[in-house]
Amino acid sequence: MDFGNVFLNPEIIATYMPQMVRAVWVTIWISVLVVISGLALGAFLAGLRAYQKRWLAWPIVLFADLMRALPPLVLMLILFFGLPSLGVILSDWFVLYLVLTLVLAAFVEEIFWATLTSLPRGQWEAGAATGLSFNQVLVNVIFPQAVRTNIPQLVNRSLTISKMTAYGSVIGVKEIVSVAGSAQAFSGSATPLTMAAIAYLIIFFPAMLLSRYVENRFHYDH
Amino acid sequence: MSASQPLPTLEITALEKRFGETQVLRSIDLKVANGELVFVIGPSGSGKSTMLRCCNRLEEPTSGAIHVNGKPMLGITRRDLDRMRLQVGMVFQGFFLYPHLSVLKNVTLAQRKALKRPAAEADARALEMLDKVGLKHKANAMPGELSGGQQQRVAIARALALDPKVMLFDEPTSALDPELVGSVLKVMRDLREGGMTMIVVSHEMQFAREAADRVVFMDGGVIVEQGIPDEIFGNPKSERLRAFLSRVSGEAA
Amino acid sequence: MDTIINAFFNIDIMRQAAPLLLKGAWVTLQLCAVVIILGISGGLALGLLASSKNAAVRLPAFVFIDVFRAIPPLILLILIYAGLPFIGIRVPPFVAVCIAFLLNNSAYFAEIFRSGIKSVARGQTEAARATGLSPAQTQAYVILPQAVRNVLPDLLSNVVEIVKLTSIASVVSLTELLYSANMARAVTYNSSPLVMAALMYLVVLWPLVRVISRFQRGLSISS
Ligand SMILES: Nc1ncnc2c1ncn2[C@@H]1O[C@H](COP(=O)(O)OP(=O)(O)OP(=O)(O)O)[C@@H](O)[C@H]1O
Ligand SMILES: [Mg+2]
Repeated sequence: MDFGNVFLNPEIIATYMPQMVRAVWVTIWISVLVVISGLALGAFLAGLRAYQKRWLAWPIVLFADLMRALPPLVLMLILFFGLPSLGVILSDWFVLYLVLTLVLAAFVEEIFWATLTSLPRGQWEAGAATGLSFNQVLVNVIFPQAVRTNIPQLVNRSLTISKMTAYGSVIGVKEIVSVAGSAQAFSGSATPLTMAAIAYLIIFFPAMLLSRYVENRFHYDH
Repeated sequence: MSASQPLPTLEITALEKRFGETQVLRSIDLKVANGELVFVIGPSGSGKSTMLRCCNRLEEPTSGAIHVNGKPMLGITRRDLDRMRLQVGMVFQGFFLYPHLSVLKNVTLAQRKALKRPAAEADARALEMLDKVGLKHKANAMPGELSGGQQQRVAIARALALDPKVMLFDEPTSALDPELVGSVLKVMRDLREGGMTMIVVSHEMQFAREAADRVVFMDGGVIVEQGIPDEIFGNPKSERLRAFLSRVSGEAA
Repeated sequence: MDTIINAFFNIDIMRQAAPLLLKGAWVTLQLCAVVIILGISGGLALGLLASSKNAAVRLPAFVFIDVFRAIPPLILLILIYAGLPFIGIRVPPFVAVCIAFLLNNSAYFAEIFRSGIKSVARGQTEAARATGLSPAQTQAYVILPQAVRNVLPDLLSNVVEIVKLTSIASVVSLTELLYSANMARAVTYNSSPLVMAALMYLVVLWPLVRVISRFQRGLSISS
């Protein structure tokens, strides 16, 4: 038995390539959706929290704490298996999308909030003194600076969350791991698993290099 | 109101400010006439900054009244406050330019968003103001590329572009290297000659002698003494002012 | 309301499931202890290599780090658990999880240690060497203590991430907390055991998450 034939069997690769390519697309578009909505929701929540209204702040803090403390897999299983007993049936990919979005939003909210509170007070005051409303200062002065200082963190978080699309396999989303898993069971070969690992490398290795570039480019000393 | 007594541009009446237990300002009264330059001196912690910051409500007064051109700053809606703040320009010790925006954008932001000026008009106005502070050629630079003195002049242009009725300066040159102070003072002198109403908190006594119409001495949250520069510097009446002046001149020597 | 309580917070079912879940929690705890120690040790070694001045040492370390940060730990785990038997190596789930976590966590910890080492001023090395410390002593007594202090929040949040990540061991049938809870759910047709597992994770992780937020707190906003 030779190693190459077990983990990289050409025939099996050829057989499962079309399925795998489709799975890669599923992984990519769910990731993109999650990143876009997670960033937007997280920024929005941090903005709301900036109003410093107690009744607004504490639900946001509670949400951010829970989403950061609970394993996403646990959340997914609760939603996927629990909601139907309330008569709410969500499709598998939507559960994956929803949970990852909420988790990303929680981290993004915390990242932004830490910056909103640590920018010099003078930035808020300079805006207010020139007649800008609180909203205008937030949108035009504070947020652009918060985005800048946090680009490396935001990129890293987004990549980490994107890789969690692999959890979709547990509830049956036809993404890379789940396709590889059933292909492995069906073909009795380890090759589909190797294909999955390589697929992730092709997607995320360049992303890792990108995040290194971003980190150097936007390097801030702390 | 009689014609012989024109409306003060800025009027502070019975202003009090407490931070919790500590009373920082007690019963401040101050009228600043149109075109007047009032220079405020006093020891550290005497409440100079707090008084200025109450004028545009960066600090919330505990009681009292502030009027700009006869219109109240207190007891108004948030929206009206934002509008009133346009009439009160403020220059900070720490400049606080927006580091992510170019010099030009720093000067146009509030014009566009708060005054709702069209882009072309805001740009033109910004360039005019930058020219006034001698920095038209830096319009496209980022704040981080400027010296402290240049940044402060941009901050002045940013405030001026909104056509304020009164300008407040809180130690505008204290954070600057000595050789950069002159350029900022020159801009302030030009402003005064152009008829701008100004309150200046500063330690530049020479500037006060030359440019101030009136000098106000604060200590312990009250105005202890005020008068024309010659009187205040040449013939101080209160013991506290004499002590302060000798301390300051001692430092300078 | 009653339906919600019945479906998610059913006390009877939770009571029934409790012994199973506690056993699972104990496995999770052991797993955490092992993989965190493995991850920190591997990460420290790898982080030192990645900080080397010698490119022949540094580059392979970087490639290792980026490869194992790029591959989701779940597929790594499945590859090890389900793939190795094909070449005649059969590993128990616990060991498979440890191997997968060692590879993945080392990469993440290495990145943290590396940025910590980078954050220590150059002058520190020179000062230490000038006082006659060897390169190894300089690292151990001067650079690393400062580096660790600088990245303490990052280390802590990575530990939280790892504890959460141990839940993927359920996929290879390791009877840890989530696996036990999901088992109980399947048997009782009720999600309360999952909620109970969530609560158990919360008890440990919520305080840590709070501490991390504290680390990042700055001044407060003026309105
Ligand atoms: N936000 C605050 N909370 C509590 N106390 C404050 C606050 N801001 C100012 N103070 C106090 O109010 C007093 C007056 O402060 P202020 O900054 O107005 O003095 P100042 O005359 O401008 O002094 P300096 O010359 O040092 O700038 C000081 O004792 C200061 O400690
Ligand atoms: Mg002051």
